[in-house]
Amino acid sequence: MNIVVCVKYVPDATADRKFEDDFTVDRVGVDGLLSELDEYAVEQALQFREKREGEEITVTALTVGPEKAVDAVRKALQMGADSGVHVVDDAIAGSDYLGTSLVLAKAIEKIKADTGADLVVCGMASTDASGSVVPAMLAERLGMPQVTLASVVESQGDQVRIKRDNEGSTEVIGATLPIVLSVTDQSGEARYPSFKGIMAAKKKPLETWSLTDLGLDADQVGLSVAYTQVEDTTARPPRTAGEVVTDEDGSGAGALVEFLASKKFI
Amino acid sequence: MSEVLVVIDHADGEVKKPTYELLTLARRLGEPSAVFFGSPDQGDAVAEKVKKYGAAKVYVVDDAQIKGFLVAPKAEALQQLAEKSSPAAILLPSTFENKEVAGRLAIKLGSGLITDAVDVAAGPDGGAVTTQSVFAGNYTVQAKVTTGTPIITVKPNSAAPEEAEGAGAVEAVAVTVSDAAKGAQIVATQPRQSTGRPELTEAAIVVSGGRGTGGNFEPVEGFADSLGAAVGASRAAVDSGWMPHAFQVGQTGKTVSPQLYVANGISGAIQHRAGMQTSKTIVAVNKDPEAPIFELVDFGVVGDLHTVLPAATEKITERKG
Ligand SMILES: Cc1cc2nc3c(=O)[nH]c(=O)nc-3n(C[C@H](O)[C@H](O)[C@H](O)COP(=O)(O)OP(=O)(O)OC[C@H]3O[C@@H](n4cnc5c(N)ncnc54)[C@H](O)[C@@H]3O)c2cc1C
Ligand SMILES: Nc1ncnc2c1ncn2[C@@H]1O[C@H](COP(=O)(O)O)[C@@H](O)[C@H]1O
Repeated sequence: MNIVVCVKYVPDATADRKFEDDFTVDRVGVDGLLSELDEYAVEQALQFREKREGEEITVTALTVGPEKAVDAVRKALQMGADSGVHVVDDAIAGSDYLGTSLVLAKAIEKIKADTGADLVVCGMASTDASGSVVPAMLAERLGMPQVTLASVVESQGDQVRIKRDNEGSTEVIGATLPIVLSVTDQSGEARYPSFKGIMAAKKKPLETWSLTDLGLDADQVGLSVAYTQVEDTTARPPRTAGEVVTDEDGSGAGALVEFLASKKFI
Repeated sequence: MSEVLVVIDHADGEVKKPTYELLTLARRLGEPSAVFFGSPDQGDAVAEKVKKYGAAKVYVVDDAQIKGFLVAPKAEALQQLAEKSSPAAILLPSTFENKEVAGRLAIKLGSGLITDAVDVAAGPDGGAVTTQSVFAGNYTVQAKVTTGTPIITVKPNSAAPEEAEGAGAVEAVAVTVSDAAKGAQIVATQPRQSTGRPELTEAAIVVSGGRGTGGNFEPVEGFADSLGAAVGASRAAVDSGWMPHAFQVGQTGKTVSPQLYVANGISGAIQHRAGMQTSKTIVAVNKDPEAPIFELVDFGVVGDLHTVLPAATEKITERKG
């Protein structure tokens, strides 16, 4: 059995994230890393393998992104994934959800043709785009059931059950492998790479694929054929800090209530 | 005028406020047709509600074949509706489930998708131009769909609902759901207990507590109730088991955009800001004057929430007499 875990390289959320002149996300000038939310996906992929002793299971970490995005795959290998695939091609830059999901789906199909892909694991959202749509789109493209936004994952044989928080309820979802799974940050702490893991990662197979390797043409993806177009981006004026008072002998509550009343909240 | 499909947000036939917001926005682009996934015997009552906000048609999709499965059948149903009505745009309330429906629909229709819009307007050519708030609220982005039928998911509190009389003609639609769409089955559903407080994402006022509560949410809840507010929590409070995850505000919880947000014992990490930075007025109570949350506030109190909040609650109750 082969598990594919989709990991995205994203600009660090604690850095000053910004846009390029063509309104695409600056993925080069800002320090990047493996999206923290995809660490949970790697963790669940590894746990899936570890819970099935005696079964032959490999975990492949897959990313689509610029040169530096290979760091996301490396981190997954250090955590314990067995092999990595980095799809990189200048023509991919500026792809929207449709383009990105197309490239990912083609890459998964290629992995599937070689070693199988019984389980595709994603994070709940990328920390830059925050769409939470790519896993559903992959399920649509690959014709697999989607079992998404899991806070708890359980499996037995080819049956998978998850718990998912919906708007007004908690749901239990069941499906039969192969599936596309996405997991939330409630699914369990992600492990840190150990020293041994970091050393071992250097020897693990890591392939680099271009669009041609996936049988895709440059005019099927990228900014020029994106289905959406950003017309403008504006930095939000920083909020100017308002009045801050220090509570002394109960003065804070009075000042707070006065403020709320002056704004007609009371 | 061309149709604009608007997916109704409801709980068992009870129409929710974001629906009226979407109908209001949809009227900028064309004539809204509301889509109701639910029980057909609730169709007329729902139509009565949505026609007050301009719904010309109300498509009633019997969800008997749909509700037992995750996401895929709804996308198929909307595809069939879209192919029938050739809408100018499709608007959905931005819930996790609807975003996934929208994602699958985008592929089916070969259409562009914009998620989490906080505003939708008609551009010079009449097409939809959206505004999104990105990078934890630090940027706003104007975008449009260039290919296919614009599919847009819209956040709650993005518009003030405005009434407008619509015909509200009910039309039952039969959709076929493929077996392939039934792969992910909803085995069990456990409704969450209602707190009796307003819904977090829809509330005009949200009062949140963080690690600084030390696990005692009483001062936060009491203060919230004095203002008729919803209660929220930071991830630290949720991870500590003090509040259920449904109350979490932030990147991996709910995004709120109320008139007033009050953060208590919350430091103001970027992931928390991502969920509340677009609130109109921000207030914080924190005992650390250096807490980053104070960079955002319109008004702040440096103090212990366990004394400030109960005292403030008492004063508010007095004022209200
Ligand atoms: C991928 C990822 C996603 C995340 N998603 C979210 C999210 O969705 N939402 C979220 O909130 N966080 C999220 N986080 C976590 C976030 O980074 C912070 O760790 C979290 O917001 C901290 O919560 P806090 O402010 O309650 O706790 P702390 O940062 O510990 O702050 C507690 C504050 O309480 C104050 N305090 C203590 N005692 C009192 C008192 N008696 N009275 C008044 N003030 C007091 C302290 O001065 C301090 O400022 C995420 C993190 C990651 C990595
Ligand atoms: N470029 C990418 N490379 C690899 N995985 C991705 C990429 N974009 C999105 N994903 C996966 O899809 C999930 C949801 O992303 P999104 O829909 O962008 O919020 C992420 O958590 C990843 O698992």
